[in-house]
Formats: sequence, C-alpha cells, structure tokens
Amino acid sequence: MKAAKPALMLALAALSTPRVRAQIQNQPDDGQWTMAAKNYASTRYSTLGQIHTGNASQLKLAWSFSTGTTRGIEAAPLVVNGTMYIVTPYPNVLYALDLARPGAPVKWKYEPHPQPASQGVACCDVVNRGAAYADGKIYFNTLDAQTVAVDANTGREVWKAQLGDIHQGESMTMAPVVAGGVVLVGNSGGEFGVRGWMAGLDAGTGKILWRAYSTGPDQDVRLGPAFQPFYADHRGKDLGVNTWQGEQWKIGGGSAWGWISYDAELDLFYYGTSNPSPWNPDQRPGDNKWTCTLFARRPRTGDAVWAYQISPHDGHDYDAVNENILLDLTLNGRPRKVLAHPDRNGYVYLIDRATGEVLSANPFVFVNNSQGIDLKTGRLKLVDAKKTGTKTVRDICPAPPGGKDWQPSSFSPQTGWLYIPRNNLCYEMQGTQANYIAGTPYLGAMARMYPGPGGSRGGISAWDPVAGKAVWKVEEDFPVWSGTAVTAGNVLFYGAMDDWFKALDARTGALLWRFKTGSGIVGQPVIYKGPDGKEYVAVLSGVGGWAGAVVSGGLNTVDGTGALGFLNAMAGLPEHTAKGGTLYVFSLP
Amino acid sequence: MCSRCRDGIAGIAILLAASFGCRREQRNLRPEPTGQAMFTPLKVSNPSSGIAYEISEGQRLYTWYNCSGCHANGGGGIGPPLIKTSWIYGGEPAKLFESVAKGRPNGMPAWGDRIPEYQIWQIVAYVRSLNQQEPSSATPKRLDTIETNPQTIRAARARTGK
Repeated sequence: MKAAKPALMLALAALSTPRVRAQIQNQPDDGQWTMAAKNYASTRYSTLGQIHTGNASQLKLAWSFSTGTTRGIEAAPLVVNGTMYIVTPYPNVLYALDLARPGAPVKWKYEPHPQPASQGVACCDVVNRGAAYADGKIYFNTLDAQTVAVDANTGREVWKAQLGDIHQGESMTMAPVVAGGVVLVGNSGGEFGVRGWMAGLDAGTGKILWRAYSTGPDQDVRLGPAFQPFYADHRGKDLGVNTWQGEQWKIGGGSAWGWISYDAELDLFYYGTSNPSPWNPDQRPGDNKWTCTLFARRPRTGDAVWAYQISPHDGHDYDAVNENILLDLTLNGRPRKVLAHPDRNGYVYLIDRATGEVLSANPFVFVNNSQGIDLKTGRLKLVDAKKTGTKTVRDICPAPPGGKDWQPSSFSPQTGWLYIPRNNLCYEMQGTQANYIAGTPYLGAMARMYPGPGGSRGGISAWDPVAGKAVWKVEEDFPVWSGTAVTAGNVLFYGAMDDWFKALDARTGALLWRFKTGSGIVGQPVIYKGPDGKEYVAVLSGVGGWAGAVVSGGLNTVDGTGALGFLNAMAGLPEHTAKGGTLYVFSLP
Repeated sequence: MCSRCRDGIAGIAILLAASFGCRREQRNLRPEPTGQAMFTPLKVSNPSSGIAYEISEGQRLYTWYNCSGCHANGGGGIGPPLIKTSWIYGGEPAKLFESVAKGRPNGMPAWGDRIPEYQIWQIVAYVRSLNQQEPSSATPKRLDTIETNPQTIRAARARTGK
C-alpha cells in the first residue's frame, strides 16, 4: 500500500495541469487529516476520489456528535489512526472518537479547565481553530494562553506550558503546527495591545526553545545575520522599535494567531502577524513594523530569513495572518516556488517563498482604499481619502474583516485553482482616543460595516493564481466564515452561516449537494478514509466567531457598532440560525 | 507522688486533650459581621441618577475606561450587550455597581481599585439610561452617530441597489 501511494500521486500529477503544483510531493496523502490545513503546504486537498462530482448528490449523514457548546466552532477535526479528535471552543475540551466502532463513540475526553476570565480577552468569540498531531501526541492551545500535549491513545496529559498572560490581554486560539520536532504556536490579542509573538516549543517536553516577538529590537524579533528582506525599507537596525514612537511597540499588537505553513526543503515556515494596536492609526505614527507582516523563519531557531510587511501603518485592522499556500508554478516561463496569500486587504499575493519578493498581487474583492502594490518597492499604494485616523471616514472597502479573514482557502492540483471563502463588506470608521488599560480592549475606533457591491455579504471564488483572476464565483447571503476543502473527485466543500453544508463542482461552481445542519457553519471541512475504507467528509457546525457573535453572544443589533462594527452588517442572521455545536460526518450510502 | 494526685493530673491531661480535640472540630457557623459590607445592598440608590451632567459624565467615562471596547455602544461584542431586557447578574443600580467594582467570573474585570466610586455610579447611570431607566430629559445623545449619516446611507444604497 505504501508503495502504491507515490505511484498514485504521480498518476494524479500527470493528469493535472502541469503548470501549478502544490508543495506536497514530500508528504504523500494517506487518507488521514493530521493537521488543520491537511498538509504543510496548507492545500486542504484530499487525494480521495470515491466521492466525486457524479455521486456527491447521494451523500448521506453517517453520524453526528454534540460538542456541548454554544459558541462559534472554527476548528477542523483531525483523523489519525482510526480516531477523530475535536477541540471545542472555550472550555477547550478535547474529544477522541473511535472511528472503528459504529457511531464513533467517545474513547476519552481531556479537559484543560482554562480560566473562565479568559473569555473576557477573546476579541472575536471564544473560538479555537483546531489541534495538530505528531508522534503520538495531540497538541492544542487553550484560551487562557497555554499549549497542551496529550497522549493520542490514552488522553493523558503529557505536558502543559503557560505561554501568555490573560491579564495583559493575551489569549491563544490558533491551531499549532509541528515542524521538525518543534511545536509552533503564537498569541492572540491585537485588539488588546499585546506584544505579539510566535514561539517554538520542544515537542517532547514543552520547553520553550525560542520566542520571536513581532515588535521591538532585532534581538527580540530574531533578526540576525541570516535576515535578508527583499525590500529596501525592510532593512535597517531595530525597525521594530524605530518605526514606532517612544515605547508604543511594547503595546503594539502584531500577534500571531493565524496559519502556519512549512517548506521542508527550504526548512522555512511561514506565518503572518496581526494588526497593530490600537486600531486608530493616528496614535501610532510610523510603519509599525513588524505588524501586518509575513515572516519566513527556521523552525529550530526561530531566526527570520525574510519578512515582508503587507500593510505598513495599517489603519483598517488588516491582519496578515491568513493562510499561505505553498505552490510550485511557472510564471512568465520561469519555475517559481511561491506562496499564495489572500490577504485581508483584498489582494491575493504571490510571493517567492525563498526570497520574499512579491511576484503579483491582484484584488479578489472590491477594493477602494488602495490601488494595488508597487512591485518595485513592495509598498501598498494607499488612497489618501480612505486613510483613517481621529476623524470619520466613510465608504471604505474592504471592511476590517477584509476580503477574507482567517477562514482558510484550499487548492486543487487537479484544477490548479485556489478556492477562496470571501467576505463582501465595506465600512465606515470614526477614530477616537484609545486609552491603554492592561487586559482591556485597545481600539480607539468605532466602526460600522455594511454589504459591499452587489449586496451579497460573501461567497466563494475559484481563483487562478497564475492568471491572477477569478475563474468562477458563487455568492452567499452571509460572509463565508468557514474554510474550504477540495478533493481529487473535484468536489469542493464549505459551510454557510445559514446552516447549509455544501458540495460544489470544483470546476464550475455548480451546486452538487447540500445539507442543513443545526447551526451556522464557521468551521473547517475535512475529508478522510475511515477504517472501513470508505471516504467521509466531516465538519463542525456551530455559529459564532466575529461574524456570528451576534448569535453566539446574544448581541443586540440595535447598536450597529457592536462586535467592532460587524453587528451592523449581520442583520437577519439571528432569524436564519441558532447557536449550538455539533459534528456532522457524511458518506455515500 | 500520691496516686490521687496522679489520677488528678491524668484527668486534667485527658480533659485538656479532649478540649483541644473539641476546639479543633469547632466550626464558626455564624461569624460576626466585619462591619464592611460584602455586597452592596440592593436598596442603595444611585447618587448620579436623574442628573444630566452625571449621566453624560458616565457616557464619557464609559469610553474612557474602555467599557465600549467590549460592550460597544450597548450592543455588545466581546462582552454581553447592555441594551437588553434581561441581565445576567441583575440590572438594579446596586447590582450594576457591583458588576463594575468587583468584576464577574466570565471575563468582566474588577474596576473597584481603578475607578473612583462616584465615577462608577456615573457609569451605572449611563448604562441604565441606555435602557430608558433614566429620565429622557437627563439622557445624553447616543455616541454611535456615524450610523445616521445620510452620505453613508446613500453610498450603501448605491452599492446594494436597495
């Protein structure tokens, strides 16, 4: 069986468009799902093909499981060695479900008991984005800023590491990635004036091997002799201090709460940092490095090899934490190792992942606050009239959750396209003076969002990364706050906030099948081969997150500035969905 | 030593041991009040209630101390909404004062050592005013005025076609 896999991969590669390949050659697909993004290249692509465009309409519910929670579920289930693992939102219970037995009963559950007060420092619902499996252990983060390693067989805690302090506004919500025996984790809290960081922990013991801050002196940011940024304005000593006024960098945000990809050949991992704090940019003159920045670092040392600041002096909450999908493609006749990064600011960036050079950046949503990227300097060309500050600016697109937020895209080597879950939101913002009070929000902004052009609030785009344009689009009433996943059967899965779990034809966008779950979907679909040899697709349903807080937090829509301005755009959601967490698993009859 | 004395000493020893044993088991089921109120009695009235200046100060402080960061202008977000008909920990002025001063377990910080008492009362009066529980003549204009600008509404309508 082991030998058959590479052969299958080769056969598939031969069938697929040769010009774009995902960096997954070194990681053959065994039908499991061991990390949130499926593989280090973050393709969320399964080579399973039992379910295909011809039979997806016959998908049926195989079994379900209640998480016992009522807040937003943004996590991906994991499937390893005949067991499914799910992490719930706060209180972050880890369940192991036995896939070998009918109905997948609970094998064990592990409860980390995070501090209840941590719920008060979660900007955008008390979510968790999933776990990672490596060497017999499940790794995940708790809302009160701990990383935990649990024995995958027994549910016994192996180690627990306290990495942040909720009284400073720090929490942890991201899904760890384990690369070369190092567990990579970062903090959340860009809305609380934290100092952002990414850390590498020893996978066996939980010992902190290194911590790389997003602001401060080069030593703290781990910018040493190996650091070779591509652009001139990224070079210079202590830019993490000098691009700020005074000591603002100490409360300047740049948390690392998003996705991590890893290229084993180059031995580099990639992630982005969050918005600077506070939101009101007038309170922090300068470029505010290294917030809204992509970093390439070595997993064993944390040393940076390159960095690229996507949004200098950000004024729209455009965290650069979105997924980086590692692709090998031919651009202008030259083979390039790139990463594709659909950013909050509305552009899909193609970046040379060895050097940090921006090769192209094309808008995937309506954008009116910038006019593209200057490829010579790497700088975003901002529209002056749309710069926010201690004033009111109206009609800005995209809104703070961006053209897309954390909700991850997928990539199919069959079609050669990315599948991007989108928002379609614009907003207006009034900047005010923010006071820093440790452990409380540090914003200085009142925002109000509303639907963008066309009136739909989101959708899915199939995106050709070489041509830099959409191939097809599907619109949704609400923002698509779930991830996408795609298969060798050319079936694309995603969930909508009005409860529908959907399968589309990845080539055309045609709806093949849909199922109404109990609550809105803001999670990440996964595809796996069960112990019985059958292909399954699983998704956690449970509305919430920033977009769904109106339902999960019981918010009051009479105040449009609620949920950092998202409330104004989510009219009608409470009439379409109710809160409650359930895992759904589907298969062919 | 005489045997009676010995018996006496032994008896005292037993009594002592017994009494110590008893004391160890003693529980103070009804402690004396310390004189410091553990909870604000519900009957306490808000000294800022009904006074326009105090309520508008409460509105200013509500933003100043970042209440708005979690509760927005009453709609909520990180924290629960404050424009509502039901309260988790009670909506009476004294209960609201207690929520602000002492905090609540699921994320509400304790502000008692950071905000002077009279300012907490002002904030309480403002929060009550969001729910029409203060006289409208003393209630300040809402802060989320960016909502009502015709220019934005025109722009939004032009985009959505509605």
